[in-house]
Amino acid sequence: MDTTQYLDVFIDESNEHIEVLYKKLLELEKDPTEKAIIEEIFRAAHTLKGMSATMGYNDLAKLTHTLENVFDAIRYDKVQVQSEMIDLLVETVDHLNAMVEDIASGGNGSQDITDVANQLEAIEKGEVVVPKEKIETVQEVVTAQNSSVFTKLDEFELSILNESNERGFQNFEVSVQLREDCLLKGARVFMVFEVLEQLGEVIKSNPSVTDLEDENFDYSFSVILVSSAKENEIAEKIKKVSEIEKVTVDAFSVNNYLDRKETELTTPVTNEVNTVEDKKVEKNESTDSENTKSSHNKTIRVNIDKLDVLMNLFEELIIDRGRLEQISTELRNTELQESVERMSRVSSDLQNIILTMRMVPIEHVFSRFPRMIRKLARDLDKQVDLEIIGADTELDRTVIDEIGDPIVHLLRNAIDHGVETPEVRLQKGKPEKGTIKLKAFHSGNHVFIEIADDGAGINKEKVLKKAIENGIVSENDKDTLTDQQIYGLIMESGFSTADKISDISGRGVGLDVVKNTIESLGGSITIDSEYNKGSVFSIQLPLTLTIISVLLVELNKEKYAIPLSSIIETAIVSKEQILSAHHKKVIDFRGKVVPLVNLKEIFDVPNADHDEEYTSIVIVKKGEKMAALVVDSFIGQQEVVLKSLGAYLSSTFAISGATILGDGQVALIVDSNAVIK
Amino acid sequence: MSNETATEKKVIVFQLKDEEFAVSVQQIGSIERIETITRVPNTAKFVKGVINLRGVVTPIIDLRSRLGIEESDYTESTRIIIVYLDDMEVGLIVDAANDVIDISTDAIEPAPEVIGAVNADYIEGVAKLENRLLILLDLKKVLTYEEINELKNVEGQ
Repeated sequence: MDTTQYLDVFIDESNEHIEVLYKKLLELEKDPTEKAIIEEIFRAAHTLKGMSATMGYNDLAKLTHTLENVFDAIRYDKVQVQSEMIDLLVETVDHLNAMVEDIASGGNGSQDITDVANQLEAIEKGEVVVPKEKIETVQEVVTAQNSSVFTKLDEFELSILNESNERGFQNFEVSVQLREDCLLKGARVFMVFEVLEQLGEVIKSNPSVTDLEDENFDYSFSVILVSSAKENEIAEKIKKVSEIEKVTVDAFSVNNYLDRKETELTTPVTNEVNTVEDKKVEKNESTDSENTKSSHNKTIRVNIDKLDVLMNLFEELIIDRGRLEQISTELRNTELQESVERMSRVSSDLQNIILTMRMVPIEHVFSRFPRMIRKLARDLDKQVDLEIIGADTELDRTVIDEIGDPIVHLLRNAIDHGVETPEVRLQKGKPEKGTIKLKAFHSGNHVFIEIADDGAGINKEKVLKKAIENGIVSENDKDTLTDQQIYGLIMESGFSTADKISDISGRGVGLDVVKNTIESLGGSITIDSEYNKGSVFSIQLPLTLTIISVLLVELNKEKYAIPLSSIIETAIVSKEQILSAHHKKVIDFRGKVVPLVNLKEIFDVPNADHDEEYTSIVIVKKGEKMAALVVDSFIGQQEVVLKSLGAYLSSTFAISGATILGDGQVALIVDSNAVIK
Repeated sequence: MSNETATEKKVIVFQLKDEEFAVSVQQIGSIERIETITRVPNTAKFVKGVINLRGVVTPIIDLRSRLGIEESDYTESTRIIIVYLDDMEVGLIVDAANDVIDISTDAIEPAPEVIGAVNADYIEGVAKLENRLLILLDLKKVLTYEEINELKNVEGQ
């Protein structure tokens, strides 16, 4: 089957399932007995297995299969969830993730998974309580009863076996007996497998491949082989491997196998546990699909380019809508006005849908951090709590795809250089466990992401000394730098403050890369820190929202647009309400002192008016900070299409872009974040 | 430019003060009448602002001011020439634009140090025709990045 056309979908879906696995595993650690979580993990593993098997990624299928088995055991209380187990399980999912990444980058997703698979099987078998052992004894009984040692084939394996017949291959059961004086059993097995793989494809082995490789078997093993070769040819070739006592090759019939299953079902006492389990699995699979249907919305995947085109077309529509609205108010024709109003309503709904279609909650990025932090903290013998705030903050898909790595880097940095070891923390009188806060929020046309730790903070002197040593700043300049500028130095290229190099961060490359990435996204990053109290890395990113609600204001005869998302409220204050503090004009806004910012001064608007009795102000916010923008008058609220000023004027102070108004005029959009200091 | 090997080069001729300038047609998108320009604050003096060019917000610079010629009021004949350079799209305000001619590449000579009021830095060459002298403008230099950096300095932030 040509599967390449499904590759993208496969990768997308696999990533989703892996995401679910990670998330649920962490939940499971907190709540090890919660059946719903276990079910969900089982389901994700099961789906992933099915998909990867269909796509022909065998290693991936194998590993997910083992994972699925473990959770199958867990959900029937054969295995208890323990915290060491979670480590291994997370590691397993790491492997799955690596495989999917490999596939995504064009590889075939093969990886050496024997170790993990082995350990997983150990969990599944080794730490089992009574019922599982029963199964094993049952299996032995079955083995004795039937000629074939294979009693459990899953659907995937069965389907291959069925298909092989159709394609003119034959299924064989090959049993190999090694000599008792054989020294390197593992090596012999390997050689046999090499022969087998030249002849055809090994579908299943008993004991499992990993057990065989670890020499976890007596002297005989069996495999199911799909091959076009003849029975005696297979036997002859295997016998070429030395230290082999006996080889038997028999045809393996799927029908016989199924018949045997049937009899097992009807043979009541001895096989009870086994069959019950099988039945349950089947039953569960059917309910699974039902559950998935009911709990998940149906989705379809759309190429993001198409969404871009849709967005562009819609922008055109919005501009024309503005024009129509203006014409209809001028003409005062009731019928025209009504239909324009109706059109406006429909298009606002349409706009909401189009916008939200492209928005993804930042949770998609954040969700992988808890386990990463957990692992890092363990590796570094530190205790860290990660607090995530605002995971539902939505960002355009394109930005989401890019910010993951920079945040990972900053988090690593926070754990490695920020949070101290528990001993040091105790000495400093801090709680043993450090806290890293990851916070996301919207403000204006930007989204802010803050990474705050309560660790050691940044040693200003050390940073300065290092920066001078490395020639990043000159000795003369050092006194003119503000604290923030000094902290900013650690993001210059060729700067690393770590005394010793660790593999977590501090390789001399790092924060400068973070800075570059963020700037290439049109964002910026600032650092605030207090020595021994902690540091805050604050990232500002554009939403890349192209249609926004703005308040149009007038400055003299010029029109400017202020994004509604950054406005708290508008007000008109009288002259007496404007106070003076530190030679700056401020107002008292609901008990808070808010500085006045005269937009006309910032924008050099000609013939700025002198004092008037009343002043119109727009109160805007950036995070916690506020400012009151002084304008001449308010025009009103409007939906506008955000346009860039063009490459020639790409970075103009306090202007984030432009928009075209209904009358065809261009109005500039105020970047209120730049105005608030 | 592929045309440089050819013997003929099609240029648009435009007027600034009493001199005639030329830009290859391949770099020109359209010629527009002057329309309302929205001023963009905190930019260089020669940046007059932006216009709505059929839905695209396009920066406009006054070519007189850019080349160091004193500015004058816009008249009926004032035009905006929309030029493309790399991924930039910029409108140039000129006194008049009314000629498209073919000039022979042989007629183009390197620029002398100073031509009239314009610094030779912005000049690609000079074309001598029977009774006129065309100054071929080097758009890359006119719209160069240093100028944009200069803009940033002007912003003062």
